Amino acid sequence: MRLSNNKPALFGLFVLVAFFLVALFAEFFAPADPSEIHLEEGLNGPSAHHLFGQDKLGRDILSRMVYGSRISLLVGITVVSISLMTGLLIGSVAGYFGGLLDEAIMRVVDVFLAFPGILLAIAITAVLGPSLRNVLIALCLMGWVGYARIIRGQILSVRELEYVQAARANGASPVRILSRHILPNIMAPVIVEATFGMAGAIIAEAGLSFLGLGVQPPTPSWGSMLAEGRQFLLLAPHLTTFPGLAIMLTVLGLNFIGDGLRDALDVRQQP
Amino acid sequence: MRSYLARRLLLLIPVIFGVITLVFFLIHLIPGDPVDIMLGETASSSDKETLRKQLHLDEPLGAQYLHFLNRLGHGDLGRSLHSNRPVLSTILKRYPNTLELAFFAMLIALLIALPLGIFSALKQHSAVDTGSMFFALLGVSLPNFWLGPLLILLFSVELNLLPVSGKEGILDFILPGITLGLGMSAILTRMIRSSLLEVKQKEYVLCARAKGLAEYRVVMKHTLRNALIPVVTIVGLQFGGLLAGSIITETIFSWPGIGRLTVQAISARDYPLVQGCVLFISLTYVLINLGTDLLYAFIDPRIQYQK
Repeated sequence: MRLSNNKPALFGLFVLVAFFLVALFAEFFAPADPSEIHLEEGLNGPSAHHLFGQDKLGRDILSRMVYGSRISLLVGITVVSISLMTGLLIGSVAGYFGGLLDEAIMRVVDVFLAFPGILLAIAITAVLGPSLRNVLIALCLMGWVGYARIIRGQILSVRELEYVQAARANGASPVRILSRHILPNIMAPVIVEATFGMAGAIIAEAGLSFLGLGVQPPTPSWGSMLAEGRQFLLLAPHLTTFPGLAIMLTVLGLNFIGDGLRDALDVRQQP
Repeated sequence: MRSYLARRLLLLIPVIFGVITLVFFLIHLIPGDPVDIMLGETASSSDKETLRKQLHLDEPLGAQYLHFLNRLGHGDLGRSLHSNRPVLSTILKRYPNTLELAFFAMLIALLIALPLGIFSALKQHSAVDTGSMFFALLGVSLPNFWLGPLLILLFSVELNLLPVSGKEGILDFILPGITLGLGMSAILTRMIRSSLLEVKQKEYVLCARAKGLAEYRVVMKHTLRNALIPVVTIVGLQFGGLLAGSIITETIFSWPGIGRLTVQAISARDYPLVQGCVLFISLTYVLINLGTDLLYAFIDPRIQYQK
Protein backbone atom coordinates (compact mmCIF):
# COMPACT_ATOMS: atom_id res chain seq x y z
CA MET A 1 0.00 0.00 0.00
CA ARG A 2 1.25 3.46 -0.84
CA LEU A 3 1.87 5.75 2.09
CA SER A 4 -0.33 8.50 0.61
CA ASN A 5 -3.36 6.16 0.64
CA ASN A 6 -2.85 5.21 4.26
CA LYS A 7 -5.10 7.44 6.35
CA PRO A 8 -3.61 6.63 9.78
CA ALA A 9 -0.11 7.24 8.43
CA LEU A 10 -1.20 10.58 6.98
CA PHE A 11 -2.69 11.47 10.34
CA GLY A 12 0.60 10.48 11.95
CA LEU A 13 2.53 12.62 9.50
CA PHE A 14 0.26 15.56 10.28
CA VAL A 15 0.85 15.11 14.03
CA LEU A 16 4.59 14.80 13.51
CA VAL A 17 4.81 17.94 11.36
CA ALA A 18 2.75 19.85 13.93
CA PHE A 19 5.03 18.54 16.70
CA PHE A 20 8.15 19.65 14.81
CA LEU A 21 6.73 23.11 14.08
CA VAL A 22 5.61 23.65 17.68
CA ALA A 23 9.00 22.61 19.02
CA LEU A 24 10.98 24.68 16.53
CA PHE A 25 8.86 27.82 16.88
CA ALA A 26 7.96 27.48 20.55
CA GLU A 27 8.30 31.24 21.11
CA PHE A 28 5.65 31.81 18.49
CA PHE A 29 3.18 29.15 19.69
CA ALA A 30 3.47 29.63 23.45
CA PRO A 31 0.84 32.11 24.64
CA ALA A 32 2.86 33.06 27.72
CA ASP A 33 6.29 32.82 29.29
CA PRO A 34 6.57 29.19 30.51
CA SER A 35 8.36 30.18 33.70
CA GLU A 36 6.23 33.19 34.64
CA ILE A 37 4.91 32.55 38.16
CA HIS A 38 1.51 33.62 39.49
CA LEU A 39 1.31 31.98 42.91
CA GLU A 40 -2.15 33.33 43.64
CA GLU A 41 -3.50 31.56 40.51
CA GLY A 42 -1.90 28.19 41.34
CA LEU A 43 -3.74 25.06 40.12
CA ASN A 44 -6.42 27.15 38.36
CA GLY A 45 -8.28 25.08 35.78
CA PRO A 46 -8.57 25.84 32.06
CA SER A 47 -9.86 29.30 31.25
CA ALA A 48 -9.95 31.71 28.33
CA HIS A 49 -6.59 33.14 29.40
CA HIS A 50 -4.99 29.79 30.15
CA LEU A 51 -6.47 27.22 27.77
CA PHE A 52 -4.96 24.21 29.57
CA GLY A 53 -5.00 25.80 33.03
CA GLN A 54 -2.12 26.62 35.38
CA ASP A 55 0.23 24.51 37.48
CA LYS A 56 0.93 24.80 41.20
CA LEU A 57 3.04 27.93 40.70
CA GLY A 58 0.42 29.43 38.41
CA ARG A 59 2.54 28.91 35.31
CA ASP A 60 0.68 28.48 32.01
CA ILE A 61 0.46 24.77 31.23
CA LEU A 62 -0.02 25.18 27.48
CA SER A 63 3.15 27.27 27.25
CA ARG A 64 5.08 24.77 29.32
CA MET A 65 3.87 21.97 27.05
CA VAL A 66 4.90 23.93 23.96
CA TYR A 67 8.40 24.36 25.37
CA GLY A 68 8.39 20.81 26.72
CA SER A 69 7.97 19.52 23.16
CA ARG A 70 11.53 20.73 22.53
CA ILE A 71 12.89 18.25 25.05
CA SER A 72 10.91 15.40 23.49
CA LEU A 73 12.01 16.36 20.00
CA LEU A 74 15.63 16.78 21.06
CA VAL A 75 15.66 13.42 22.83
CA GLY A 76 13.85 11.66 19.97
CA ILE A 77 16.18 12.93 17.27
CA THR A 78 19.44 12.71 19.23
CA VAL A 79 18.82 9.22 20.55
CA VAL A 80 17.70 7.86 17.18
CA SER A 81 20.59 9.40 15.22
CA ILE A 82 23.35 8.41 17.63
CA SER A 83 21.94 4.92 18.22
CA LEU A 84 21.38 4.43 14.50
CA MET A 85 24.93 5.48 13.60
CA THR A 86 26.45 3.29 16.29
CA GLY A 87 24.20 0.36 15.40
CA LEU A 88 25.00 0.82 11.72
CA LEU A 89 28.72 0.71 12.36
CA ILE A 90 28.70 -2.22 14.78
CA GLY A 91 26.02 -4.20 12.92
CA SER A 92 27.85 -3.76 9.59
CA VAL A 93 31.15 -4.94 11.00
CA ALA A 94 29.50 -7.96 12.63
CA GLY A 95 27.38 -8.90 9.63
CA TYR A 96 29.92 -8.30 6.90
CA PHE A 97 33.07 -9.67 8.43
CA GLY A 98 31.48 -12.43 10.49
CA GLY A 99 33.70 -14.85 12.34
CA LEU A 100 35.01 -14.30 15.85
CA LEU A 101 34.38 -10.57 15.73
CA ASP A 102 30.72 -11.18 14.93
CA GLU A 103 30.47 -13.77 17.68
CA ALA A 104 31.98 -11.35 20.19
CA ILE A 105 29.75 -8.45 19.15
CA MET A 106 26.63 -10.59 19.34
CA ARG A 107 27.51 -11.71 22.87
CA VAL A 108 27.76 -8.04 23.89
CA VAL A 109 24.40 -7.43 22.20
CA ASP A 110 22.94 -10.34 24.18
CA VAL A 111 24.14 -8.79 27.42
CA PHE A 112 22.43 -5.48 26.64
CA LEU A 113 19.26 -7.31 25.64
CA ALA A 114 19.26 -9.07 29.00
CA PHE A 115 18.02 -5.87 30.65
CA PRO A 116 14.27 -5.60 30.12
CA GLY A 117 12.69 -2.35 28.92
CA ILE A 118 14.19 0.83 30.30
CA LEU A 119 15.71 -0.86 33.35
CA LEU A 120 19.28 -0.23 32.21
CA ALA A 121 18.50 3.41 31.41
CA ILE A 122 16.96 3.81 34.85
CA ALA A 123 20.04 2.28 36.46
CA ILE A 124 22.47 4.42 34.46
CA THR A 125 20.68 7.72 35.09
CA ALA A 126 20.30 6.72 38.74
CA VAL A 127 24.07 6.52 39.19
CA LEU A 128 25.09 9.30 36.78
CA GLY A 129 22.61 11.68 38.37
CA PRO A 130 19.42 13.17 36.97
CA SER A 131 19.91 15.46 33.96
CA LEU A 132 18.97 15.67 30.31
CA ARG A 133 22.52 14.87 29.25
CA ASN A 134 22.55 11.68 31.32
CA VAL A 135 19.16 10.65 29.93
CA LEU A 136 20.60 11.00 26.43
CA ILE A 137 23.68 8.97 27.40
CA ALA A 138 21.56 6.22 28.96
CA LEU A 139 19.10 5.99 26.06
CA CYS A 140 21.88 5.93 23.45
CA LEU A 141 23.75 3.24 25.37
CA MET A 142 20.59 1.16 25.21
CA GLY A 143 19.41 2.20 21.77
CA TRP A 144 22.16 1.01 19.42
CA VAL A 145 21.56 -2.67 20.19
CA GLY A 146 18.31 -3.02 18.27
CA TYR A 147 19.71 -1.39 15.14
CA ALA A 148 22.92 -3.40 15.29
CA ARG A 149 20.93 -6.62 15.42
CA ILE A 150 18.63 -5.74 12.54
CA ILE A 151 21.46 -4.47 10.35
CA ARG A 152 23.60 -7.52 11.03
CA GLY A 153 20.70 -9.84 10.19
CA GLN A 154 19.94 -7.94 6.99
CA ILE A 155 23.58 -7.98 5.89
CA LEU A 156 23.81 -11.72 6.52
CA SER A 157 20.83 -12.23 4.21
CA VAL A 158 22.35 -10.30 1.28
CA ARG A 159 26.07 -10.83 1.85
CA GLU A 160 26.40 -13.67 -0.65
CA LEU A 161 23.95 -12.38 -3.27
CA GLU A 162 25.20 -11.91 -6.84
CA TYR A 163 25.35 -8.14 -6.80
CA VAL A 164 27.58 -8.15 -3.73
CA GLN A 165 29.80 -10.83 -5.23
CA ALA A 166 29.98 -8.84 -8.45
CA ALA A 167 31.11 -5.77 -6.54
CA ARG A 168 33.65 -7.87 -4.69
CA ALA A 169 34.92 -9.38 -7.93
CA ASN A 170 35.32 -5.87 -9.32
CA GLY A 171 37.72 -5.22 -6.49
CA ALA A 172 35.55 -2.87 -4.44
CA SER A 173 36.71 -2.33 -0.86
CA PRO A 174 34.55 -3.56 2.03
CA VAL A 175 33.69 0.03 2.94
CA ARG A 176 32.53 0.71 -0.61
CA ILE A 177 30.59 -2.55 -0.84
CA LEU A 178 28.85 -1.81 2.44
CA SER A 179 28.10 1.84 1.82
CA ARG A 180 27.29 1.73 -1.90
CA HIS A 181 25.84 -1.73 -2.43
CA ILE A 182 24.59 -3.34 0.75
CA LEU A 183 23.32 -0.59 3.03
CA PRO A 184 21.09 1.16 0.47
CA ASN A 185 19.38 -2.18 -0.14
CA ILE A 186 18.69 -3.05 3.46
CA MET A 187 17.56 0.29 4.85
CA ALA A 188 13.78 -0.35 4.71
CA PRO A 189 13.49 -2.26 8.01
CA VAL A 190 16.01 0.12 9.58
CA ILE A 191 13.87 3.14 8.70
CA VAL A 192 10.79 1.44 10.15
CA GLU A 193 12.72 0.59 13.30
CA ALA A 194 13.96 4.18 13.59
CA THR A 195 10.38 5.49 13.49
CA PHE A 196 9.35 3.20 16.33
CA GLY A 197 12.66 3.99 18.02
CA MET A 198 11.83 7.68 18.10
CA ALA A 199 8.47 6.91 19.72
CA GLY A 200 10.27 4.68 22.22
CA ALA A 201 12.85 7.36 23.05
CA ILE A 202 10.14 9.96 23.66
CA ILE A 203 8.25 7.61 25.99
CA ALA A 204 11.48 6.61 27.74
CA GLU A 205 12.52 10.22 28.39
CA ALA A 206 9.06 11.01 29.73
CA GLY A 207 9.20 7.90 31.91
CA LEU A 208 12.62 8.79 33.31
CA SER A 209 11.55 12.38 33.94
CA PHE A 210 8.38 11.00 35.57
CA LEU A 211 10.60 9.07 37.98
CA GLY A 212 12.57 12.26 38.65
CA LEU A 213 15.63 10.95 36.80
CA GLY A 214 15.39 13.19 33.76
CA VAL A 215 15.08 16.86 33.01
CA GLN A 216 15.26 18.94 36.17
CA PRO A 217 12.99 21.85 37.11
CA PRO A 218 12.29 24.54 36.09
CA THR A 219 12.85 23.24 32.53
CA PRO A 220 9.50 21.90 31.37
CA SER A 221 9.33 18.36 30.01
CA TRP A 222 6.15 16.37 29.40
CA GLY A 223 7.27 13.61 31.74
CA SER A 224 8.23 15.90 34.63
CA MET A 225 4.96 17.82 34.17
CA LEU A 226 3.12 14.52 34.56
CA ALA A 227 5.08 13.66 37.69
CA GLU A 228 4.28 17.05 39.18
CA GLY A 229 0.63 16.73 38.21
CA ARG A 230 0.35 13.36 39.92
CA GLN A 231 0.70 15.06 43.31
CA PHE A 232 -2.39 17.13 42.52
CA LEU A 233 -4.36 14.41 40.78
CA LEU A 234 -7.44 14.91 42.93
CA LEU A 235 -7.30 18.71 43.11
CA ALA A 236 -6.27 19.59 39.60
CA PRO A 237 -6.50 16.72 37.09
CA HIS A 238 -5.72 19.08 34.19
CA LEU A 239 -2.07 19.04 35.27
CA THR A 240 -1.90 15.38 34.28
CA THR A 241 -4.39 15.22 31.43
CA PHE A 242 -2.82 17.57 28.90
CA PRO A 243 0.87 16.58 29.00
CA GLY A 244 -0.18 12.93 28.88
CA LEU A 245 -2.35 13.63 25.88
CA ALA A 246 0.59 15.30 24.14
CA ILE A 247 2.85 12.30 24.74
CA MET A 248 0.19 9.87 23.56
CA LEU A 249 -0.64 11.83 20.40
CA THR A 250 3.01 12.20 19.40
CA VAL A 251 3.79 8.55 20.04
CA LEU A 252 0.59 7.40 18.33
CA GLY A 253 1.47 9.54 15.33
CA LEU A 254 4.95 8.02 15.11
CA ASN A 255 3.53 4.51 15.47
CA PHE A 256 1.03 5.19 12.67
CA ILE A 257 3.86 6.36 10.44
CA GLY A 258 5.99 3.35 11.38
CA ASP A 259 3.13 1.01 10.53
CA GLY A 260 2.45 2.82 7.28
CA LEU A 261 6.13 2.71 6.31
CA ARG A 262 6.26 -0.98 7.11
CA ASP A 263 3.41 -1.62 4.69
CA ALA A 264 4.70 0.80 2.06
CA LEU A 265 8.27 -0.51 2.16
CA ASP A 266 6.97 -4.06 2.39
CA VAL A 267 9.01 -5.01 5.42
CA ARG A 268 8.26 -8.52 6.56
CA GLN A 269 6.45 -8.48 9.88
CA GLN A 270 8.82 -9.52 12.61
CA PRO A 271 7.21 -11.96 15.04
CA MET B 1 16.76 -30.86 20.78
CA ARG B 2 19.50 -31.87 23.16
CA SER B 3 22.18 -29.99 21.25
CA TYR B 4 19.91 -26.99 21.05
CA LEU B 5 19.44 -27.12 24.80
CA ALA B 6 23.19 -27.38 25.32
CA ARG B 7 23.89 -24.45 23.04
CA ARG B 8 21.26 -22.27 24.72
CA LEU B 9 22.66 -23.07 28.15
CA LEU B 10 26.22 -22.40 27.02
CA LEU B 11 25.23 -19.04 25.56
CA LEU B 12 23.66 -18.17 28.87
CA ILE B 13 27.03 -18.15 30.62
CA PRO B 14 28.55 -15.13 28.83
CA VAL B 15 25.24 -13.26 29.11
CA ILE B 16 24.97 -13.77 32.85
CA PHE B 17 28.63 -12.93 33.25
CA GLY B 18 28.17 -9.78 31.18
CA VAL B 19 25.12 -8.68 33.16
CA ILE B 20 26.99 -9.16 36.42
CA THR B 21 29.97 -7.21 35.10
CA LEU B 22 27.81 -4.31 33.91
CA VAL B 23 25.98 -4.19 37.23
CA PHE B 24 29.32 -4.25 39.06
CA PHE B 25 30.54 -1.24 37.08
CA LEU B 26 27.34 0.70 37.77
CA ILE B 27 28.66 1.87 41.09
CA HIS B 28 31.85 3.09 39.42
CA LEU B 29 29.85 5.26 37.03
CA ILE B 30 28.95 7.49 39.95
CA PRO B 31 30.68 10.81 39.27
CA GLY B 32 33.05 11.70 42.11
CA ASP B 33 33.45 9.65 45.24
CA PRO B 34 30.65 7.06 45.54
CA VAL B 35 30.96 7.08 49.33
CA ASP B 36 30.39 10.85 49.43
CA ILE B 37 27.30 10.47 47.27
CA MET B 38 25.89 7.60 49.31
CA LEU B 39 26.45 9.07 52.77
CA GLY B 40 26.30 12.75 51.89
CA GLU B 41 29.10 15.29 52.22
CA THR B 42 28.40 15.83 55.92
CA ALA B 43 29.06 12.25 57.05
CA SER B 44 32.00 11.78 59.40
CA SER B 45 35.21 10.55 57.88
CA SER B 46 35.23 7.43 60.07
CA ASP B 47 31.75 6.48 58.75
CA LYS B 48 33.01 7.03 55.23
CA GLU B 49 36.05 4.85 55.83
CA THR B 50 33.89 2.08 57.28
CA LEU B 51 31.61 2.08 54.26
CA ARG B 52 34.58 2.26 51.90
CA LYS B 53 36.02 -0.83 53.57
CA GLN B 54 32.67 -2.58 53.67
CA LEU B 55 32.17 -2.08 49.91
CA HIS B 56 35.88 -2.82 49.27
CA LEU B 57 36.13 0.52 47.46
CA ASP B 58 39.61 1.04 48.93
CA GLU B 59 40.99 -1.88 46.92
CA PRO B 60 42.10 -2.02 43.27
CA LEU B 61 39.32 -2.50 40.73
CA GLY B 62 40.28 -6.08 39.90
CA ALA B 63 40.16 -7.11 43.55
CA GLN B 64 36.81 -5.39 43.97
CA TYR B 65 35.44 -7.32 41.03
CA LEU B 66 36.65 -10.63 42.44
CA HIS B 67 35.08 -9.77 45.80
CA PHE B 68 31.83 -8.99 44.01
CA LEU B 69 31.86 -12.31 42.12
CA ASN B 70 32.80 -14.19 45.26
CA ARG B 71 29.92 -12.65 47.18
CA LEU B 72 27.45 -13.41 44.39
CA GLY B 73 28.68 -16.96 44.28
CA HIS B 74 27.63 -17.24 47.91
CA GLY B 75 24.23 -15.72 47.19
CA ASP B 76 25.23 -12.51 48.93
CA LEU B 77 24.11 -9.29 47.23
CA GLY B 78 25.48 -7.10 50.01
CA ARG B 79 23.61 -5.04 52.58
CA SER B 80 21.23 -2.16 52.13
CA LEU B 81 22.86 1.10 53.26
CA HIS B 82 19.56 2.27 54.60
CA SER B 83 18.19 -0.63 56.58
CA ASN B 84 21.44 -2.55 56.90
CA ARG B 85 19.47 -5.70 56.05
CA PRO B 86 20.78 -8.14 53.41
CA VAL B 87 19.78 -6.98 49.91
CA LEU B 88 18.74 -10.45 48.80
CA SER B 89 16.23 -11.00 51.60
CA THR B 90 14.83 -7.49 51.10
CA ILE B 91 14.29 -8.28 47.44
CA LEU B 92 12.87 -11.74 48.05
CA LYS B 93 10.34 -10.29 50.46
CA ARG B 94 9.02 -7.93 47.80
CA TYR B 95 9.40 -10.18 44.79
CA PRO B 96 6.23 -12.30 45.18
CA ASN B 97 4.15 -9.10 45.06
CA THR B 98 5.70 -8.17 41.73
CA LEU B 99 5.15 -11.65 40.34
CA GLU B 100 1.50 -11.66 41.45
CA LEU B 101 0.92 -8.31 39.78
CA ALA B 102 2.69 -9.44 36.61
CA PHE B 103 0.59 -12.61 36.42
CA PHE B 104 -2.57 -10.63 36.95
CA ALA B 105 -1.54 -8.14 34.25
CA MET B 106 -0.82 -11.01 31.90
CA LEU B 107 -4.25 -12.49 32.60
CA ILE B 108 -5.91 -9.19 31.78
CA ALA B 109 -3.83 -8.86 28.63
CA LEU B 110 -4.84 -12.32 27.45
CA LEU B 111 -8.50 -11.76 28.30
CA ILE B 112 -8.49 -8.70 26.06
CA ALA B 113 -6.14 -9.92 23.33
CA LEU B 114 -7.45 -13.43 22.66
CA PRO B 115 -11.03 -12.51 21.68
CA LEU B 116 -9.97 -9.31 19.89
CA GLY B 117 -7.13 -10.95 17.97
CA ILE B 118 -9.07 -14.05 16.98
CA PHE B 119 -12.18 -12.17 15.97
CA SER B 120 -10.37 -9.57 13.93
CA ALA B 121 -8.43 -12.24 12.03
CA LEU B 122 -11.55 -14.31 11.30
CA LYS B 123 -13.39 -11.18 10.14
CA GLN B 124 -10.51 -9.43 8.43
CA HIS B 125 -11.27 -5.90 7.14
CA SER B 126 -14.48 -5.76 9.20
CA ALA B 127 -15.29 -2.91 11.55
CA VAL B 128 -14.20 -5.05 14.50
CA ASP B 129 -10.87 -5.68 12.79
CA THR B 130 -10.25 -1.99 12.15
CA GLY B 131 -11.32 -1.16 15.69
CA SER B 132 -9.04 -3.78 17.22
CA MET B 133 -6.07 -2.64 15.21
CA PHE B 134 -6.70 0.94 16.26
CA PHE B 135 -6.95 -0.20 19.86
CA ALA B 136 -3.69 -2.08 19.44
CA LEU B 137 -1.82 1.00 18.28
CA LEU B 138 -3.46 3.15 20.90
CA GLY B 139 -2.53 0.61 23.57
CA VAL B 140 1.18 0.72 22.76
CA SER B 141 1.12 4.51 22.57
CA LEU B 142 -0.40 4.98 26.02
CA PRO B 143 2.45 5.36 28.48
CA ASN B 144 1.73 3.58 31.77
CA PHE B 145 2.72 6.66 33.76
CA TRP B 146 -0.25 8.42 32.19
CA LEU B 147 -2.68 5.52 32.01
CA GLY B 148 -2.26 4.82 35.73
CA PRO B 149 -3.23 8.31 36.92
CA LEU B 150 -6.09 8.40 34.38
CA LEU B 151 -7.51 5.14 35.73
CA ILE B 152 -7.20 6.44 39.29
CA LEU B 153 -9.06 9.60 38.26
CA LEU B 154 -11.85 7.65 36.61
CA PHE B 155 -12.35 4.63 38.85
CA SER B 156 -11.18 5.87 42.23
CA VAL B 157 -12.00 9.57 42.20
CA GLU B 158 -15.00 9.99 39.90
CA LEU B 159 -16.73 6.64 40.29
CA ASN B 160 -15.30 5.77 43.69
CA LEU B 161 -15.24 2.09 42.75
CA LEU B 162 -11.67 0.97 43.26
CA PRO B 163 -8.91 1.70 45.76
CA VAL B 164 -6.15 4.13 44.76
CA SER B 165 -3.11 2.32 46.08
CA GLY B 166 -1.67 -0.35 48.32
CA LYS B 167 -2.12 -4.10 48.27
CA GLU B 168 -4.66 -5.43 50.68
CA GLY B 169 -7.40 -7.16 48.73
CA ILE B 170 -8.15 -8.50 45.27
CA LEU B 171 -9.68 -5.14 44.25
CA ASP B 172 -6.26 -3.54 44.65
CA PHE B 173 -4.99 -5.63 41.75
CA ILE B 174 -7.39 -4.25 39.17
CA LEU B 175 -6.04 -0.77 38.38
CA PRO B 176 -2.31 -1.62 38.47
CA GLY B 177 -3.10 -4.81 36.57
CA ILE B 178 -4.79 -2.89 33.77
CA THR B 179 -2.06 -0.24 33.76
CA LEU B 180 0.62 -2.88 33.39
CA GLY B 181 -1.32 -5.22 31.11
CA LEU B 182 -2.97 -2.91 28.59
CA GLY B 183 0.17 -2.25 26.56
CA MET B 184 0.83 -5.96 26.42
CA SER B 185 -2.74 -6.72 25.38
CA ALA B 186 -2.19 -4.39 22.43
CA ILE B 187 0.97 -6.20 21.36
CA LEU B 188 -0.67 -9.60 21.81
CA THR B 189 -3.78 -8.61 19.84
CA ARG B 190 -1.66 -7.76 16.81
CA MET B 191 0.41 -10.86 17.22
CA ILE B 192 -2.55 -13.22 17.51
CA ARG B 193 -4.26 -11.62 14.54
CA SER B 194 -1.25 -11.81 12.22
CA SER B 195 -0.44 -15.35 13.28
CA LEU B 196 -4.03 -16.48 12.62
CA LEU B 197 -4.10 -14.70 9.25
CA GLU B 198 -0.99 -16.62 8.26
CA VAL B 199 -2.28 -20.01 9.37
CA LYS B 200 -5.63 -19.38 7.67
CA GLN B 201 -3.87 -19.57 4.30
CA LYS B 202 -2.25 -22.93 5.00
CA GLU B 203 -3.13 -25.98 2.96
CA TYR B 204 -4.04 -28.07 5.97
CA VAL B 205 -6.77 -25.58 6.81
CA LEU B 206 -8.04 -25.74 3.25
CA CYS B 207 -7.92 -29.53 3.53
CA ALA B 208 -9.88 -29.51 6.77
CA ARG B 209 -12.51 -27.36 5.16
CA ALA B 210 -12.54 -29.45 1.97
CA LYS B 211 -13.26 -32.62 3.85
CA GLY B 212 -16.41 -30.98 5.13
CA LEU B 213 -15.54 -30.20 8.74
CA ALA B 214 -17.77 -27.76 10.54
CA GLU B 215 -16.35 -24.23 10.52
CA TYR B 216 -16.14 -24.34 14.31
CA ARG B 217 -13.84 -27.37 14.17
CA VAL B 218 -11.75 -25.89 11.38
CA VAL B 219 -11.14 -22.81 13.48
CA MET B 220 -10.69 -24.41 16.87
CA LYS B 221 -8.74 -27.55 15.99
CA HIS B 222 -6.86 -26.71 12.85
CA THR B 223 -6.31 -22.97 12.77
CA LEU B 224 -6.21 -21.74 16.32
CA ARG B 225 -4.03 -24.44 17.78
CA ASN B 226 -1.32 -23.81 15.23
CA ALA B 227 -1.68 -20.07 15.29
CA LEU B 228 -1.20 -19.84 19.03
CA ILE B 229 2.24 -21.46 19.01
CA PRO B 230 4.21 -18.27 18.24
CA VAL B 231 1.95 -16.43 20.67
CA VAL B 232 3.41 -18.55 23.47
CA THR B 233 6.83 -17.06 22.72
CA ILE B 234 5.56 -13.52 22.77
CA VAL B 235 3.70 -14.13 26.02
CA GLY B 236 6.92 -15.41 27.58
CA LEU B 237 9.10 -12.60 26.29
CA GLN B 238 6.54 -9.99 27.25
CA PHE B 239 6.21 -11.41 30.72
CA GLY B 240 9.82 -10.49 31.27
CA GLY B 241 9.02 -7.03 29.93
CA LEU B 242 6.31 -6.71 32.59
CA LEU B 243 9.06 -6.79 35.21
CA ALA B 244 10.50 -3.57 33.77
CA GLY B 245 7.04 -2.03 33.39
CA SER B 246 6.39 -2.78 37.04
CA ILE B 247 8.94 -0.12 38.05
CA ILE B 248 6.67 2.72 36.99
CA THR B 249 3.35 0.99 37.65
CA GLU B 250 4.33 0.01 41.19
CA THR B 251 5.50 3.54 41.88
CA ILE B 252 2.15 4.99 40.78
CA PHE B 253 0.07 2.58 42.86
CA SER B 254 2.45 2.29 45.86
CA TRP B 255 2.64 -1.43 45.16
CA PRO B 256 5.04 -3.15 47.58
CA GLY B 257 7.04 -4.92 44.86
CA ILE B 258 10.59 -4.95 43.55
CA GLY B 259 9.89 -2.17 41.02
CA ARG B 260 8.96 0.33 43.70
CA LEU B 261 11.84 -0.96 45.82
CA THR B 262 14.19 -0.05 42.95
CA VAL B 263 12.84 3.50 42.77
CA GLN B 264 12.99 3.88 46.55
CA ALA B 265 16.56 2.63 46.56
CA ILE B 266 17.46 5.13 43.84
CA SER B 267 16.01 8.09 45.72
CA ALA B 268 17.72 6.97 48.93
CA ARG B 269 21.01 6.54 47.00
CA ASP B 270 21.15 3.05 48.39
CA TYR B 271 23.37 1.82 45.57
CA PRO B 272 24.00 -1.73 46.82
CA LEU B 273 20.22 -2.18 46.84
CA VAL B 274 19.92 -0.60 43.38
CA GLN B 275 22.60 -2.99 42.10
CA GLY B 276 20.79 -5.93 43.68
CA CYS B 277 17.43 -5.00 42.18
CA VAL B 278 18.81 -4.43 38.69
CA LEU B 279 20.74 -7.68 38.82
CA PHE B 280 17.78 -9.62 40.14
CA ILE B 281 15.30 -8.25 37.60
CA SER B 282 17.57 -8.83 34.62
CA LEU B 283 18.60 -12.34 35.67
CA THR B 284 14.93 -13.26 36.09
CA TYR B 285 14.29 -11.83 32.64
CA VAL B 286 17.10 -13.87 31.12
CA LEU B 287 15.83 -17.07 32.74
CA ILE B 288 12.24 -16.44 31.63
CA ASN B 289 13.46 -15.91 28.08
CA LEU B 290 15.42 -19.13 28.22
CA GLY B 291 12.38 -21.00 29.53
CA THR B 292 10.23 -19.53 26.77
CA ASP B 293 12.66 -20.59 24.06
CA LEU B 294 12.86 -24.12 25.40
CA LEU B 295 9.08 -24.37 25.77
CA TYR B 296 8.69 -23.19 22.20
CA ALA B 297 11.01 -25.87 20.89
CA PHE B 298 9.20 -28.42 22.99
CA ILE B 299 5.63 -27.65 21.92
CA ASP B 300 6.38 -27.24 18.24
CA PRO B 301 8.23 -30.26 16.87
CA ARG B 302 8.51 -28.56 13.46
CA ILE B 303 11.06 -26.18 14.82
CA GLN B 304 14.53 -27.40 14.10
CA TYR B 305 17.24 -25.48 15.71
CA GLN B 306 20.30 -26.05 13.63
CA LYS B 307 22.30 -23.00 14.52
